[in-house]
Amino acid sequence: MSDKKDIELIAELVPPGSRVLDLGCGSGELLAHLRDHRQCSGYGIEIADANVLACTQRGVNVIQLNLEEGLAMFEDRSFDVVLQLDTLQHLRNAERMLLETARVGRVGIVSFPNFAHWPNRLRIATGRMPVTKALPYEWYDTPNIRVGTYADFEVLARKNGLQILDSFGIQDGRVRRRRPNLTASVGVFKFERA
Amino acid sequence: MGSVGDVKPQVMPFTEPLPLRSGARLSDYTLVYETYGSLNAERSNAVLVCHALNASHHVAGTYAGEARSEGWWDNLVGPGKPLDTNRFFVIGINNPGSCFGSTGPMHVDPATGRIYGADFPVVTVEDWVDAQARLLDRLGITQLAAVLGGSLGGMQALSWSLRHPERLRHCIAVATAPNLSAQNIAFNEVARRAIVTDPEFHGGHYYGYRVVPKRGLRVARMIGHITYLSDDAMEAKFGRGLKAGVPGYSTQDIEFEIESYLRHQGDKFSEYFDANTYLLITRALDYFDPAREFGGDLSAAFATARCKFQLVSFTTDWRFSPERSREIVRALLDNRFDVSYAEIDAPHGHDAFLLDDARYHGVLRARFDNIAREFGA
Repeated sequence: MSDKKDIELIAELVPPGSRVLDLGCGSGELLAHLRDHRQCSGYGIEIADANVLACTQRGVNVIQLNLEEGLAMFEDRSFDVVLQLDTLQHLRNAERMLLETARVGRVGIVSFPNFAHWPNRLRIATGRMPVTKALPYEWYDTPNIRVGTYADFEVLARKNGLQILDSFGIQDGRVRRRRPNLTASVGVFKFERA
Repeated sequence: MGSVGDVKPQVMPFTEPLPLRSGARLSDYTLVYETYGSLNAERSNAVLVCHALNASHHVAGTYAGEARSEGWWDNLVGPGKPLDTNRFFVIGINNPGSCFGSTGPMHVDPATGRIYGADFPVVTVEDWVDAQARLLDRLGITQLAAVLGGSLGGMQALSWSLRHPERLRHCIAVATAPNLSAQNIAFNEVARRAIVTDPEFHGGHYYGYRVVPKRGLRVARMIGHITYLSDDAMEAKFGRGLKAGVPGYSTQDIEFEIESYLRHQGDKFSEYFDANTYLLITRALDYFDPAREFGGDLSAAFATARCKFQLVSFTTDWRFSPERSREIVRALLDNRFDVSYAEIDAPHGHDAFLLDDARYHGVLRARFDNIAREFGA
């Protein structure tokens, strides 16, 4: 989610002045953007030393924590928005983290690479795993241990009683609302606990 | 990156008695302090560095003509260093009860004309913070850019945010805890018993006998030192190494390298540290517990704070473990304060806070850079 346009598209989902928790916040780019352009406050969670340093340099609040250990540190509904961008697919306990996101935030926003994007489907049809901009790894070295599709997420959300408030795909820095499961390499969902 | 160079400690006498948590008062006391860098015209660039158990006001720089006289946090504080004295005015204050110049148990009690000894009043972290605040009053500093401390110094930094919330903009607390665990108090108690049961302790009035309870101090330092290092660090440094290379089959001579190291540390410590000070400072550690008055609710305790916070812990520090720092972070989150927390995966145990791990110093440098930007330096 380091793509600047993608960040701006997602930032637009965050109401101005929100108190935000960004799970797997990377270098803090989105948090800084939300702070500077949408008057948001909040914190990022990161495990990587280099990212913790980058956030500190940006003056973004960052808490070094392993998301696999859960969000016990945070109270129920203590944030307006909990972001989980390009992170879910790296987590062993992805489903639990999704529920934690919905518990801690009034609204959750997730984004992840859509495995059903048509080039991926084509590649699978040829018998090989896809290697694309959104999924740039080989099958044997990918950190994406939870590869799912846009449509899969809708099923998971329903299963966990999450109400989808908005959803779309992103392809080449543009929002795709028509057949996102086929036409977008990134899926974005905004949801709340039903 | 340079050194602040040769520095000279300064002395400030106080005649107004300092009321202490215990109900006692400390009257006619002096505090020794050092400063590095210069205070800007707006008086907005001052950073107070609080010292831990066996350190002092001598945070950085050297003493003229004295070899190996670098301050205890010289790797962090100086021109171009993470806490950059070209931009910040840095202050180190020796706490009362210490044995490095400020009024302590080895000095004369003005009320009796005799050396305090064991009668020096029990001082707490809060008392130290109040004493520091008075010294800053006299320096004309109403608000600090930051208070920084590690370990017991970190407790003072936290206490600053609670006792004088309007007087600091940033609290930077490293390798610290919201209070000591029972295990931690237990270590302190072993150290204290070693001192108190030394035949040369004389109930704390050993000065008159012209002796020092060195045996007790040595053992106290040895047990303390064990807890400052991680198991891995000790293994890497000493392992099961034998001093003579082969077993000597002696129960009392030094056999293992680690024994030699601990005895050396104990010997060195007993040459310069005061036994009553050791008792006082470990007690200050034991008593620190800002949540106590709030029924154990640390979040409630922090409600009065107003500053921004930076917490740092080290993964192998078992004396002040990351879990304890996370408790503080959680309490600060509950209060919706600005807080950042770095958990540094350093191998050295509690001692890591005094070392110059690049990730650790990188975070502090970034933090101080941002603080400096706030006042335009």
